[in-house]
Amino acid sequence: MRGCAVIALALSMVVSSPIHAAPKAPLPADPLGSPMWDAHAKLLFGDDPVRFDPRVKVDFPMIAENQRSFPVAVDARGIAGVQRIVIMADLNPIPFAIDYRPTDAEPYIATRIKLDQRTPVRGAVQLASGEWLVSGGWVDAAGGGCSAPPVSRVKGDWAEHLGEIRGEAWPMADGKSRVRLNFRHPMDTGFVANIATYHLEELSIGDGAGKSYGSMEIWAAVAEDPAITLMLHAGAGATLSVEGRDTNGRDYVAALHVARQSVMPSILTQGDGR
Amino acid sequence: MLIGGAALLTLPAQARESYAITPVAVGDGLWMIHGADAPIEPANGGAIANISIIDSPAGAILYDCGPSAAYARALKGVAEQLTGKTVVRVYVSHLHPDHGLGSGVFDPAIVAALPGTIAALRSEGQGYADGMYRILSDWMRGTDVVVPGRTIAQESEDFGGRTLQLMALAGHSGADLALMDRQSGTLIAGDLVFHNRAPSTPTADLPTWRASLDQLAASEHRALIPGHGPIDPDGKAAIAQTRDWIDWVEQALKAAVASGMDMVEAGEIAIPARFSTMAAARYELQRSVSHLYPGLEAAMLPRIDAEARRSD
Ligand SMILES: [Zn+2]
Repeated sequence: MRGCAVIALALSMVVSSPIHAAPKAPLPADPLGSPMWDAHAKLLFGDDPVRFDPRVKVDFPMIAENQRSFPVAVDARGIAGVQRIVIMADLNPIPFAIDYRPTDAEPYIATRIKLDQRTPVRGAVQLASGEWLVSGGWVDAAGGGCSAPPVSRVKGDWAEHLGEIRGEAWPMADGKSRVRLNFRHPMDTGFVANIATYHLEELSIGDGAGKSYGSMEIWAAVAEDPAITLMLHAGAGATLSVEGRDTNGRDYVAALHVARQSVMPSILTQGDGR
Repeated sequence: MLIGGAALLTLPAQARESYAITPVAVGDGLWMIHGADAPIEPANGGAIANISIIDSPAGAILYDCGPSAAYARALKGVAEQLTGKTVVRVYVSHLHPDHGLGSGVFDPAIVAALPGTIAALRSEGQGYADGMYRILSDWMRGTDVVVPGRTIAQESEDFGGRTLQLMALAGHSGADLALMDRQSGTLIAGDLVFHNRAPSTPTADLPTWRASLDQLAASEHRALIPGHGPIDPDGKAAIAQTRDWIDWVEQALKAAVASGMDMVEAGEIAIPARFSTMAAARYELQRSVSHLYPGLEAAMLPRIDAEARRSD
């Protein structure tokens, strides 16, 4: 585990932060009481001001049924001017999962991450002012270990399917759309013997004519076969162009159109709200 | 000590934590121990599965034996006191650890399971045990994975005149054993049937599960003991409820994929009011999202990569 932590710190350096001349504000105490809060916060936020804010909605299931693939959604639509969303799990050997810049998109992202042990899972959003707003909660992973099979690739057939991308885009109200992208990729952490780090590291989505809706950096803390949900400012019928790259320099290219209409099936609207 | 009627008998186990084992007479020489209708958690020591004890002229018979050595040891004591006979057979219904992980306290020669269960325990048993230790720690002390020594190949087994019909089914897992006890007219269905407790799907194959429910519905029985939840006295409602739930979960998750929901959102969809009597419904729905959603996405979301466009 100690080896993992050292690598984790080195990796977390990759998430850089602009250096501001403003005097350093003290880091607020972590309401989750995480032992790694100070270290990660210094690396991610640098000297930028930081505040805990429940308007950053970090949502996940009540149980980590599969610690290799734990769904997390960060929804900051209640906050104006969000420039950046980072998903992190403090006690993972790789604490950062995704660093998303929604340039012409809603401040919302959902994905699935790996959990190494019981850990805080957080969403941190940065405003144009440089200020970071943070929220999250503890997740009880059933267990694991940073070199144990659970964080290794599970499907043996990834090589045959590398490059496969599935996705669809559905129109929402007000000229927006919901986009889902699923990639086949082993997302190797490098912590399993004889398997080097190998993961999707960059992803951007635009209109194919120079306009970007958003882009992100991705780390191996994202689950095998990355699945990403975004909300773009692209209306019904819009063309979407997806470009990605992995750590071996392999390119991932996909294109899709926002559907003309979508209907919520009645089975999803009938219930007692429990 | 021989106790008739609705026996209530509680024996302490040997681990620091101790299980309250409370058998209830549900038929002629048949007792059911109703597991907690809850997730596996330290508060219940993993004792969430229903267990049956059958008294036969040849000895006591157990259908499932609980999650840990401590539970199985206490259960053995309870069964031998109830029947005044030694345990001569332990059936392990399927691979899930809440049902049979304690079986190592018995002589493997008297522990019987379907071939598919034995194969699954060989390959996955230790993984399940590791998970149980992580969740339950002290409750699990001394519990080892021991593969059942008897492979069930026959359709019935006779115990000095009390004959049990052995039904080799599947769908909740790769191999699910149900027992028909003719003497009491009771079907012991294991985890193929849940009752007022939401079904779990970590190893489910839903079409196979439905076919097994058809077979159970067609069997001649009066009462039915489900794998989880209270006994079903008429033997039909719990089968129908289990089918209703797995059908709803599958249709609802397909609709969620089709409408663009992420897994987090899919786990938060409204649960119909007709399932309001089911314990652990939200919990099991979210588990099922984890089990079933990636497969549904792979089947339903279209390929959009350049490679796929070329091969169109
Ligand atoms: Zn089961």
